[in-house]
Amino acid sequence: MTTIDPRFELAQRLGLDEVPAPQFADAAEVVTRLREQDYLSSPEIASATFLADRLAKPVLVEGPAGTGKTALAQAVARATGAELIRLQCYEGLDESKALYEWNYRKQLLRIQAGRESGDAATWAALEDDIFAEDFLLPRPLLEAIRATHPVVLLIDEVDRVELETEALLLEILSEYQVSIPELGTVRATQIPMVFLTSNATRELSEALKRRCLYLHIGYPDVERERDIILSRVPGVTTALAEQIARVVRSLRDLDLKKHPSVSETLDWARTLVILGQSEIGDDEAAATLHILLKYQSDIETVQKELFGRRSS
Amino acid sequence: MNEILSDFISELRAAGLPVSMTEHVDAARAATMIDLVDRETLRAALSATLVKDHDHRPVFDSAFEVFFARRGTAAAVDDPATDEVDPGETTRPPRGGAGAQGQGGRSGRGGSGSMSSVSPEQLQEMLWNAMMNGSPEDLREVAQHAVELYADIEPGRRVGGTYYLYRTLRNLDVEGLRHKLSAASAGSTPDSAWAQRAAQVDVEVKVRELQAAIEKEIRERLVADRGASSLAKSVRKPLPEDIDVMHATRDEMLQLEKALRPLARKLATRLARRRRRRRRGPVDLRHTVRRSLSTGGVPIDLRFKPPHPAKPEIIVIADISGSVASFARFTLHMVYAIASQFSKVRSFVFIDGLDEVTRLFDDSDDPGEAVARINAEADVIAFDGHSDYGRALTDFVTRFGRDINRRSVVIILGDARNNYHQAHPETVRYLKEKARAVYWLNPEPTTYWNSGDSVIAQYAPYLTKIVECRSLRQLEAFVGDLA
Repeated sequence: MTTIDPRFELAQRLGLDEVPAPQFADAAEVVTRLREQDYLSSPEIASATFLADRLAKPVLVEGPAGTGKTALAQAVARATGAELIRLQCYEGLDESKALYEWNYRKQLLRIQAGRESGDAATWAALEDDIFAEDFLLPRPLLEAIRATHPVVLLIDEVDRVELETEALLLEILSEYQVSIPELGTVRATQIPMVFLTSNATRELSEALKRRCLYLHIGYPDVERERDIILSRVPGVTTALAEQIARVVRSLRDLDLKKHPSVSETLDWARTLVILGQSEIGDDEAAATLHILLKYQSDIETVQKELFGRRSS
Repeated sequence: MNEILSDFISELRAAGLPVSMTEHVDAARAATMIDLVDRETLRAALSATLVKDHDHRPVFDSAFEVFFARRGTAAAVDDPATDEVDPGETTRPPRGGAGAQGQGGRSGRGGSGSMSSVSPEQLQEMLWNAMMNGSPEDLREVAQHAVELYADIEPGRRVGGTYYLYRTLRNLDVEGLRHKLSAASAGSTPDSAWAQRAAQVDVEVKVRELQAAIEKEIRERLVADRGASSLAKSVRKPLPEDIDVMHATRDEMLQLEKALRPLARKLATRLARRRRRRRRGPVDLRHTVRRSLSTGGVPIDLRFKPPHPAKPEIIVIADISGSVASFARFTLHMVYAIASQFSKVRSFVFIDGLDEVTRLFDDSDDPGEAVARINAEADVIAFDGHSDYGRALTDFVTRFGRDINRRSVVIILGDARNNYHQAHPETVRYLKEKARAVYWLNPEPTTYWNSGDSVIAQYAPYLTKIVECRSLRQLEAFVGDLA
């Protein structure tokens, strides 16, 4: 099969002298190197990360809150020794906060300084001068593109921006470049890894999805959750971790408003360790339920489900 | 590989997944970079490049199982250098006698040869061991034997395999197994409600795994028998949004229930955003003149009044008799999920009597919960419990007719199957005269309207619009347009 290596193709488009070497040799290497950073990946996560690197494509990571979407980007950054540049999205995010902004105060100063020193600069020269890189304030996206060292770009909670703002991202995601009307096009000098996370509060546009690989991180199975607890919570015994993981899974089986996430599981495990519990009894569990569940109605549901049944 | 991939993608598209050209290219490139022998790696690579919405995953998985059945990939890998792997060929066992395989049926497995049958007792024992120590290989072996022994696959029949699955599971006595497992785990776990509950879920998960293993085994045999493309058509599952609500199986109904909540939530977010960002209201003359002072009286900077689109008042009248009950539930859920877009929502349900259920929704902030209470709490049967649209609508007009005004939008839900009672279309005419609009959502396909006891034609002249509304997608579109 003769397919051109996508990294090679992209490097050519960006006009790079040499093709930046991929970070990972195969998916198994992703698993081991992330494990060194205390991030336990599932085969799906490893595959998607590996492919993102090889295909030089961004990954869109979706899933319920607190399952390790942001942590994945952080772990990848640490594992590859890259700088993590983060763009937190919110409603009302615009170009000047995401891409770049002209430092107009500095521009004003420059104009005034020119006038006072009697510098007879022509308008054209002045214009060239104040729209130079010196007067540009790079925001996260431009910063990631201009970086000369390896970076991991994390665009967090991309579903929060409006549909129109999403379009801002498209040029970066597919071409790894930013167009600035006064300056021209800024192209990446390396191939950054890009992660976008979303909680799926709204449908993202087709255009955005098409440019990304897709990874859904759901709740982990019992074994992985147990391992996560073991690696993240000091002083927890294997038996307790296993028990915690199983109880949490049984709670996720119930019809709740918000299911306990991995981060809440970890909080719970830490609490139980601090309280000196070696196994989960009914009373301690009932007393610490509010750590796992964040809605009163959910707590009531669980209590009814568990303790109602026993008394009957 | 490329051939199979193209067929696979055609199948995904046929099932309703939007797969673009770029994504196809990505998938093909990804396939060159991974170890094709490992099916799970291949699955992960293809899903990352082709499926961009988690709701589409079940469709992808079921197609993947068919196209990349164990034997299928093995054949493709045998000869990765040539692209010209005939897709028909690859779906059969790679080693010899492909033609004869399909006929064999019971003697099914080509390469693995010495699979001579085990007795049911042995099988039960193997099953028990596999369940207790749960290695996937053991489970697969059990599934192979079970299918061998019980499924009795008839070659060449155009079926999706559900029946074979059912037959195998019944013969394996899965219910009995579940009891035994529960009993065993109850004995060994400490007497705490938490542990008990966790153990129970454990059993459920194990049984589900067994079911999946058997399903997979059956599917692989069917692929060997009939080829991937043909089988894919029989097992194709529609996306949850496209399932026909009236004819959903119990399984599909569960999927619908699950899909409904996020769908309603997304709709609400979208509408709220649209309202906030909608175009401004009329020009505010006073403000504009005041602003114009700074430009010497020239109104350069126009000022606008804030937009005041009148929010409609929604009145839902829903038939909740057996045939259309679930449809009514979904619609009410959807309408209440976006209740903030309306000035007021009132809901009424009927069979042959009519009852207002607005209070149920006012009591609870979760529309799903309120909908679940309707059946228990609404008083809707006046006589025999068969839908009577004429009676219910007359009842509505006499009791609540005076509450209808020019801001009301009336939505009537039902199949208009009146059980040969009087239709009383004049009630709808009255509603139309007083209300802004009267819509009728009919969950039946258009071709069934006016057949049998359906009296929709009698109401039609007085309705603003009759909407055929058979799936969540259509329902979402309609409700979205209301706001």
